[in-house]
Amino acid sequence: MELTGAEITVRCLAEENVEYVFGYPGGAVLNIYDEIYKQDKFKHVLVRHEQAAVHAADGYARATGRTGVALVTSGPGATNAVTGIATAYMDSIPMVVISGQVPTPAIGMDAFQEVDTVGITRPCVKHNFLVKDIRDLASTIKKAFYIASTGRPGPVLVDIPKDVTQFRAEFEYPRNISLRSYNPVTKGHSGQIKRAVQMLLSAKRPMIYAGGGVILSDAAKQLTELARLLGFPCTNTLMGLGGFPASDPLSVGMLGMHGTYEANMAVHHSDVLIAIGARFDDRVIGNPEHFYQEERQIIHIDIDPSSISKRVRVDVPIVGNVPEVLTEMIKLIKASKEKPDQAALKTWLTQIELWRSRDCLKYDRSSDIIKPQFVLEKLHEVTKGDAFVTSDVGQHQMWAAQFYKFDKPRRWINSGGLGTMGFGLPAAMGVQLAHPDAMVACVTGEGSIQMNIQELATCKQFNIPLKIILLNNRYLGMVRQWQEFFYGERYAESYMDTLPDFVKLAEAYGHAGRRIDNPAEVEDALKWAFSAEMKEKLVFLDFRTDQTENVYPMIPGGKGLSEMILV
Amino acid sequence: MRHIISLLMENEAGALSRVAGLFSARGYNIESLTVAPTEDATLSRMTIVTRGSDEIIEQITKQLNKLVDTVRVVDLSDGGHIERELMLVKVRAEGILREEMKRMSDIFRGRIIDVTDKTYTIEMTGAGHKLDAFLGALDKSAILETVRTGASGIGRGDRILKS
Ligand SMILES: Cc1cc2nc3c(=O)[nH]c(=O)nc-3n(C[C@H](O)[C@H](O)[C@H](O)COP(=O)(O)OP(=O)(O)OC[C@H]3O[C@@H](n4cnc5c(N)ncnc54)[C@H](O)[C@@H]3O)c2cc1C
Ligand SMILES: Cc1ncc(C[n+]2csc(CCOP(=O)(O)OP(=O)(O)O)c2C)c(N)n1
Ligand SMILES: [Mg+2]
Repeated sequence: MELTGAEITVRCLAEENVEYVFGYPGGAVLNIYDEIYKQDKFKHVLVRHEQAAVHAADGYARATGRTGVALVTSGPGATNAVTGIATAYMDSIPMVVISGQVPTPAIGMDAFQEVDTVGITRPCVKHNFLVKDIRDLASTIKKAFYIASTGRPGPVLVDIPKDVTQFRAEFEYPRNISLRSYNPVTKGHSGQIKRAVQMLLSAKRPMIYAGGGVILSDAAKQLTELARLLGFPCTNTLMGLGGFPASDPLSVGMLGMHGTYEANMAVHHSDVLIAIGARFDDRVIGNPEHFYQEERQIIHIDIDPSSISKRVRVDVPIVGNVPEVLTEMIKLIKASKEKPDQAALKTWLTQIELWRSRDCLKYDRSSDIIKPQFVLEKLHEVTKGDAFVTSDVGQHQMWAAQFYKFDKPRRWINSGGLGTMGFGLPAAMGVQLAHPDAMVACVTGEGSIQMNIQELATCKQFNIPLKIILLNNRYLGMVRQWQEFFYGERYAESYMDTLPDFVKLAEAYGHAGRRIDNPAEVEDALKWAFSAEMKEKLVFLDFRTDQTENVYPMIPGGKGLSEMILV
Repeated sequence: MRHIISLLMENEAGALSRVAGLFSARGYNIESLTVAPTEDATLSRMTIVTRGSDEIIEQITKQLNKLVDTVRVVDLSDGGHIERELMLVKVRAEGILREEMKRMSDIFRGRIIDVTDKTYTIEMTGAGHKLDAFLGALDKSAILETVRTGASGIGRGDRILKS
């Protein structure tokens, strides 16, 4: 049967078992919206800004591992989506974005609401398509989902001109797809895996450095098994938190710019470092010249060859899918008669405990001003460590990463690579829709929350009962911290003056809120927010926190892992 | 180090801009880039001449491979290869220059493909340094216009780049 392009688009999404489409209508996509209206295979969530549509699709993808879907109109719809797309790109999130385009004969004519969407998004997508021929539509959407979710995941954009949504073509959804130009590797090279295992078994000061690739590939189980089997300590990147249980004694927490003293010292002094789905980011290793250690050997597992030896030369590169490579390693280790040198390992773990006893995350617990760290510890306690936590960008993000101890993967959802303020609330919407019964907390700052505050309306419309944990320090705190440390305390434009009354604002959108000024009220407020009574409601908690608190430890830009500023 | 990289890509709209965009976004140097469809109309072939340290060249080939439309990437400089570039030069050809230009063109195995009473247009192919040498050998003031294609490259013998 012949279908219109709009019908085909909607049918393709149904074929992909899409559960939610996050979007915003406009002229170029009206035909598609008309078909969405007529179907009931998936739900459409009307956001209040296209950036939020993409972040919500992103949050949904991070919390489930499935491909998120966003739909926007041409011109301003597409440009508003760009920040969201770039955010997903930097963190390798599987996503398909469908954008409307002006009709094909109008392309290039400076038509109303025309922008070169494929051109604008090219550097921040895994791939993109402009569908000029209705006969290519179904196969293009199939390709988009395939490319987005395989190999190193990423956002794929499909730009569909309005006339293509009107034309008719025979519809058949391709079952399988293969592209001669795109064949991601999955199995690692067996010789390299053997070498890596040899190196691990002969290590005296081993260290596992696990990143977002472990989360993206659902390899937490294999990682945990490997670390425990060998008895090796493990650190996670900001993107890898939850990939290895934070409560395990072998966990040394996060490494990097705001990582723990023990994690950074252990990586710095290790003799064998195995990087698993991590990309030696500048916020992690600082200056590569300071990071380099003559006697340390590095094993690197990554599905993307271009992540390997990009910033740091490695000794054993393994291109492959984390769970498959780790399974292979575990098999070899179990079969091997060799065991790591237990005496050396014991000395090493004792050294790490010594570093840990430095208690680098300590803060003033007797303060009568609310300390942000305290709120997060209480949040962990009240939610029993079982909440999905999204965050925005700034100090609150770092404290959430340090103080909410994640034991499970896909629970910690934040923008690491792009560092997008405004991500937290819409991402939390996607998470809550994916897991309607779960506790979802959005940890945010008063700067960040105002970047997508309009989404409180979306939450109302779709009954999304997430909890907003605002650590309100009346400062663009992370900026203020840099100005204090590196700009002679000249606080240029980092003070958040004339803030709204957030409780009233939440109420104006139809939600509940509470302002908390004293440490003694913190626990009570959190219990209230997560109580059965408020289960169906969005609760906005405005914690008035210490204005001058800083995030420690900190490695200043350009320095190495052992050059931390400690509290 | 100078490298000459050969690339087979799906002959899709935008393939060239993906490659050009990659080089500019990542700050890679691009000396020349040639592109045209192949005997298989679904494929286009590019030759890119670039410069960089071994690390940078490694990243360039990895990043090119990573483009979804890329079918094959080969660094021709890794082995025996031939490269050729086409140049058209319009020169002054009046008075004593007329004979001189003809002679120079012959020495460098060029061909005169357009003639007026004041000018010659010379066609020449060769490796880039040969074309440079020809230009160097001419009297600067006699050169009216030059246009060069940038290098095209191919592996020697049975080094074959196919999909
Ligand atoms: C204010 C701020 C401060 C920050 N401070 C820190 C900090 O102190 N510490 C820190 O760690 N980060 C910090 N970051 C985050 C940092 O910018 C990077 O986003 C982060 O470190 C990257 O994490 P990653 O190395 O795990 O890589 P990711 O970005 O998660 O990349 C994943 C890697 O895994 C690979 N991969 C994907 N799928 C697979 C698969 N199936 N198999 C194998 N490999 C796969 C990918 O190719 C990629 O190389 C900060 C960010 C902000 C905004
Ligand atoms: C969209 C965007 N603009 C600017 C920045 C730079 N930036 C990083 S952190 C920060 C301050 C965030 O303030 P707030 O949300 O109040 O969080 P706090 O650091 O106070 O916890 C800024 C401006 C950014 N990351 N994203
Ligand atoms: Mg703030």
